[in-house]
Amino acid sequence: MAAAMLNDRDVEFMLYELFNTDSLCQRERYQDHDRQTFNDVLKTAKRIAEKEFLPIRQKLDKHQPTFDGKTISLIPELKPALEVLRGSGLTSATADYEYDGMQLPPIVASIASAYLWIAGGNSIGYSLLTNANANLLQAHGNKELIEKWVKPLRSGCYSGTMAMSEPGCGSSLGDLITRATRDENGNYRITGSKIFISGGDHNLSENIVHLVLARIAGAPIGVKGISLFVVPKYLVDDNGVIGEENEVALAGLFHKMGGSSQTSTALSFGEKNGSIGYLVGEENRGLQYMFHMMNEARIMVGSGAAALALAGFQYSLDYAKNRSQGRLPSSKDPLSPMVNIIEHADVRRMLLAQKAYAEGSLALVLYGTQLSDDSHTAATEDERSYAHLLLDFLTPVIKTWPSEYGPEANDLAIQVLGGHGYINEHPVELFYRDNRLNSIHEGTTAIQSLDLLARKVPMNNLAGYLATLAEIKKTMAIANEFEQLHGYANELNDAVETLKQTTNALLTAMKTQNIDLVLANSVKYLELFGHVVIAWLWLKQGIVAIRGLLDQPHSEDEAFYRGKVQTLKYFYRFELPQIYAWSTLLVNLDSSSFDMEEHWF
Amino acid sequence: MKVLVPIKRVIDFNVKVRVKADHSNVDLANVKMAINPFCEIAVEEAVRLKEAGTATEVIAVSIGAKACQEQLRTALALGADRAIHIETELTLDAINIAKLLQKIVEEEQPQLVILGKQSIDSDNNQTGQMLAALTNMAQGTFASEVKIDGDKVNVTREVDGGLQTVALNLPAIVTTDLRLNEPRYASLPNIMKAKRKPLDVKPADSFGIDLSPRTQILKVTPPAEREAGIIVESIDELVQKLKNEAKVIS
Ligand SMILES: Cc1cc2nc3c(=O)[nH]c(=O)nc-3n(C[C@H](O)[C@H](O)[C@H](O)COP(=O)(O)OP(=O)(O)OC[C@H]3O[C@@H](n4cnc5c(N)ncnc54)[C@H](O)[C@@H]3O)c2cc1C
Repeated sequence: MAAAMLNDRDVEFMLYELFNTDSLCQRERYQDHDRQTFNDVLKTAKRIAEKEFLPIRQKLDKHQPTFDGKTISLIPELKPALEVLRGSGLTSATADYEYDGMQLPPIVASIASAYLWIAGGNSIGYSLLTNANANLLQAHGNKELIEKWVKPLRSGCYSGTMAMSEPGCGSSLGDLITRATRDENGNYRITGSKIFISGGDHNLSENIVHLVLARIAGAPIGVKGISLFVVPKYLVDDNGVIGEENEVALAGLFHKMGGSSQTSTALSFGEKNGSIGYLVGEENRGLQYMFHMMNEARIMVGSGAAALALAGFQYSLDYAKNRSQGRLPSSKDPLSPMVNIIEHADVRRMLLAQKAYAEGSLALVLYGTQLSDDSHTAATEDERSYAHLLLDFLTPVIKTWPSEYGPEANDLAIQVLGGHGYINEHPVELFYRDNRLNSIHEGTTAIQSLDLLARKVPMNNLAGYLATLAEIKKTMAIANEFEQLHGYANELNDAVETLKQTTNALLTAMKTQNIDLVLANSVKYLELFGHVVIAWLWLKQGIVAIRGLLDQPHSEDEAFYRGKVQTLKYFYRFELPQIYAWSTLLVNLDSSSFDMEEHWF
Repeated sequence: MKVLVPIKRVIDFNVKVRVKADHSNVDLANVKMAINPFCEIAVEEAVRLKEAGTATEVIAVSIGAKACQEQLRTALALGADRAIHIETELTLDAINIAKLLQKIVEEEQPQLVILGKQSIDSDNNQTGQMLAALTNMAQGTFASEVKIDGDKVNVTREVDGGLQTVALNLPAIVTTDLRLNEPRYASLPNIMKAKRKPLDVKPADSFGIDLSPRTQILKVTPPAEREAGIIVESIDELVQKLKNEAKVIS
């Protein structure tokens, strides 16, 4: 049998044992649901992934979209697959009933998307971006905009993009220069260039709705002077009839190392008279509106990274169980049959590392997804704001840790396959290439680390930081009830102490020392924080597993739980101790990188 | 035209089946269950008949413990209009299943009953045929194509060596083969709608049928594990091994 995309037992573990997803059905929003509706949705997602996308995965990768100066060509199989996906309701699963959603809890939708990411790569991105675009418009647009644009976006007739980046500005959006000037009809005329715009042009929908960040003439400089506009590819009249082109020209396509099924475009707006744009919300608040969606968008990036890590793990695990090669060091008989490579301890190390990274990441992104849901649907206002506090604080970690360690897991998957992992007859190299984007878009790792250390930690008198530590403490207290987990709880306690000392040292230094030096190693701080959080989530998983083992489980469940406990051990032996070296660098304000001069390179 | 579709809850086809330690039966504890794939094809065919305007109502029926309501809901999500659950904790022989279904056929008077040709757990391939005998209806088994033609149904059957098309007078019984259709995905709105569709529960013992078993499972053993293969150096070596070790040629 072919390798699984995800381990179904682990999906069940995460949803129903670790995160108690059943209990969500008590919330008013989810009262029509039960475990069966959740499982039915997952079944539909898995089948669509298997039947519609897996068969074209390699073709999508090999045949990047092309542009002949006039039209874009995508492989013809993509459109029908996306239509099946849309028809299934999966792309709007979490939306309200009145917007054709099924009010599915996001944590369940996250697993459904994982199947689709794995099989469809970022061809799923067309739908996800369209959805995000519609959500943003619905939250901040006026009635007129919603009527005109959100409906066809939701129905899938139109697709959507987020057009922020420019040739001269990626990480630093405050420097963007796309211009908007008011015309005599009260509309705006947009001129400028955008690059890297995902789904910026294609032939998959009737129209494309770009959400464009631009600066209105005379607006304040920096982030305070950016506004958000709807700029359609084709203008649409008041009856919804598509009319003439709106001067949104495709300047070219980018050719990427991965994620090739989604077009990445350079767009040129308004080369003649200016593209017509419709202001969303108020002037100069565009970046705020975009950032409103940021936590969710960043969790989605982390989730995609986790999914690909899991897929590589499953694939290489299956391979290792079937590929025979070599003998154990203890075997002296050259005529004895070769062993399957999973019998080599080093291969098991690589599988364990992948399991630790991938399932640790999955626990993290599901935790984040649930926090995001709780911040809207938890029973009391207190619970909602507490969830929001944790989410806001942890978002840089939720986005970054899977994006950094997911590709690391994929790298090990390639290694498990040896030479066979390096060639495209197996998908592990594709997973790696696809996954490599995640630490770049939606804020690079460096940007996330500055966000964490310079903004999120000090914010509101350390409120988010302290709440996170309090949550970790709660888990340690529970772990201490189980003899098998005492040692790990103590180790986590030590790690948290080190995190605290490091944080205190940096916060003090921020007030007294050169801030550029203090922040020079911020990425290591984010990594340290990430490792503590992942160690915490592994301890949480360990508690569930130990409880399961005490419950006299079935032999297969027993094996599953033992695997969880063993991976917990692996993480605490091989990974967690690295934080002590990182802490030393941080506390000492190590200046190796900071002092390095350009001309010394 | 009413179409009745009996469906069965079985172990999911993806699951590696385990045998209980005492060899008394297959171990179903904690195992993922699903609608029998042949039954799913039956539901799909019925729903297609409804979409084509040929059928007016599709009724799914299942016999078993409470949990099989899950599979009935799956059938409702795929497009069945209502469901009947005949509840029993007993594991029933095919003949008793057929007798219970006979009662439902008498109550509902469907023009067509579509069943899976067999269930992937017990592989009996009996229920449809028994039901046909009990109800005195014509039967077309192993269907790869079903076409309603006035008061007849033409059923193309997958038989050894090819295809055979039979014309049956309605009402009739059809059992499905794998190639009949490709079942659809349950869309999310339909999964939610399924929860609001009617599902009647009737205790199996309310039908006045003797449900005592006619067969008894003595022992269940798993198939022998396949041993790892080896790569031979040459054709000669292969022939030697086939002769001397496998002893399959002489
Ligand atoms: C496949 C793909 C899809 C994309 N999709 C979209 C899209 O749909 N819409 C959209 O608007 N954009 C999109 N982007 C753009 C993406 O968001 C940017 O690439 C990203 O924000 C980084 O910007 P940049 O590429 O200009 O890199 P730069 O900002 O030039 O960064 C280069 C390096 O410098 C570092 N750096 C920059 N500033 C700092 C700092 N202050 N401190 C420390 N280090 C710093 C970065 O971490 C990075 O390592 C996409 C990009 C790709 C590759």
